[in-house]
Amino acid sequence: MNLDFTPIMPSIPYIIKGIVVTLEIAAIACVLGFILGVLLSLVKLSGIRFLKWLADFYTSVFRGTPLVLQLIIIYMGIPQMFPNIEIEPMPAAILAFSLNSAAYISEIIRGGIMAVDKGQSEAAQALGVSYASMMKDIILPQALKNIIPALMNEFISLTKESAIVTVIGALDIMRRAYIVGGATFHYIEPLLIAGVIYYLIVLVLSYAGKLVEKRMRIGD
Amino acid sequence: MINVQDLHKSYGKNDVLKGISTTIQDGEVIAIIGPSGSGKSTFLRCINLLETPTSGKIIINGQDVTEKKTNLMKVREKVGMVFQHFHLFPHKTVMENLTYAPMKVRKLTKAEAEKSGEELLKQVGLYDKKDEYPSRLSGGQKQRVAIARALAMQPDIMLFDEPTSALDPEMVKEVLDVMKSLTKTGMTMLIVTHEMGFAREVADRIFFIDNGQLIEDTAPQAFFKNPSTQRAKDFLDKVLNI
Repeated sequence: MNLDFTPIMPSIPYIIKGIVVTLEIAAIACVLGFILGVLLSLVKLSGIRFLKWLADFYTSVFRGTPLVLQLIIIYMGIPQMFPNIEIEPMPAAILAFSLNSAAYISEIIRGGIMAVDKGQSEAAQALGVSYASMMKDIILPQALKNIIPALMNEFISLTKESAIVTVIGALDIMRRAYIVGGATFHYIEPLLIAGVIYYLIVLVLSYAGKLVEKRMRIGD
Repeated sequence: MINVQDLHKSYGKNDVLKGISTTIQDGEVIAIIGPSGSGKSTFLRCINLLETPTSGKIIINGQDVTEKKTNLMKVREKVGMVFQHFHLFPHKTVMENLTYAPMKVRKLTKAEAEKSGEELLKQVGLYDKKDEYPSRLSGGQKQRVAIARALAMQPDIMLFDEPTSALDPEMVKEVLDVMKSLTKTGMTMLIVTHEMGFAREVADRIFFIDNGQLIEDTAPQAFFKNPSTQRAKDFLDKVLNI
């Protein structure tokens, strides 16, 4: 087999440092995407027709176009359209991933809310509880419990898909593997290392997700 | 006092309530009976506006609750409801189920809410279950907690929507006993039920609703002995002579 890892050995720590960048993008995008996703899902269920249409349109645009395209438009399009705005690769990546995952997460949450027994909201209403309190204290906690697996799935795929930030030059695992390849003329070896790193991250995240799920089931 | 005037409710072309008018005095216990799909539950759910009436008026303690600018939440605070399927909050303990709305809506402190919660749990005989989650309770216990939860808001009126219909037969009595003791406190109660013996024993008036209309409103003795309409006669024949 014609694989030689020796020339790239000194560069492995450099690739590993990309984990921080990858996880930073995925984690921040997941949190922001979650917050925006909750708001979008509430708007979708609110019955205010114009806002609902807007949220549905938002979702269909971000689900209906490639993520890599959204990323490039945010990174290159914004500075071209508004010349006084400059956007670095990291903020651009985080923004693109947040907006994109919000679209997916809002659908997950909407489904989760709709799956909560209608009697729960009736019981809360019958007690004179306001809509906001009802959502926050009664409906969302039950909805979230049911959608934890789907949210973990979204976070994991976000972590993997973040590899495409490489196209705008953010120094994540993937980009670093390319750079090492270019410097040593050994291209495949660093990519294999990157693959192993991604796989290990996903394994750890999946395991963490199982733990969270288990804890959430305690009340059942 | 509850005053209902020509209450209509329809879903599209389906008229569920076809003009119900009645007056219920404070402290009265009303048993609402009638065939399935006759509109009993819809009538009850209109009173705390879980269903919005299509037309007609509902005046509770002098306030027209069907008027647009009425604060729904203020109305519901004073009208407790018990559901067929309990609808306890599954992620909250029994005590949290009881204290949640009093703290949120009536702005009681946790200590105050728990104190009255403890008293209510004793009243329904479930004090020892206060830290359990609802999934650990039997159906009868769940329904008693649900009654206590509604009472924790100190309502003037209690609505019961087939409170024993989802229970195993041996659990029906424990729930009826709690309701029976409640009738002695002077609470205004509207009870949709299929428990004819219970209706006869505790109710001051029987409402017989059929096909969206209140066709009999009489004292229980008269109703069960000698209903004035043929439809009520047929209904009683079916449910009493099994």
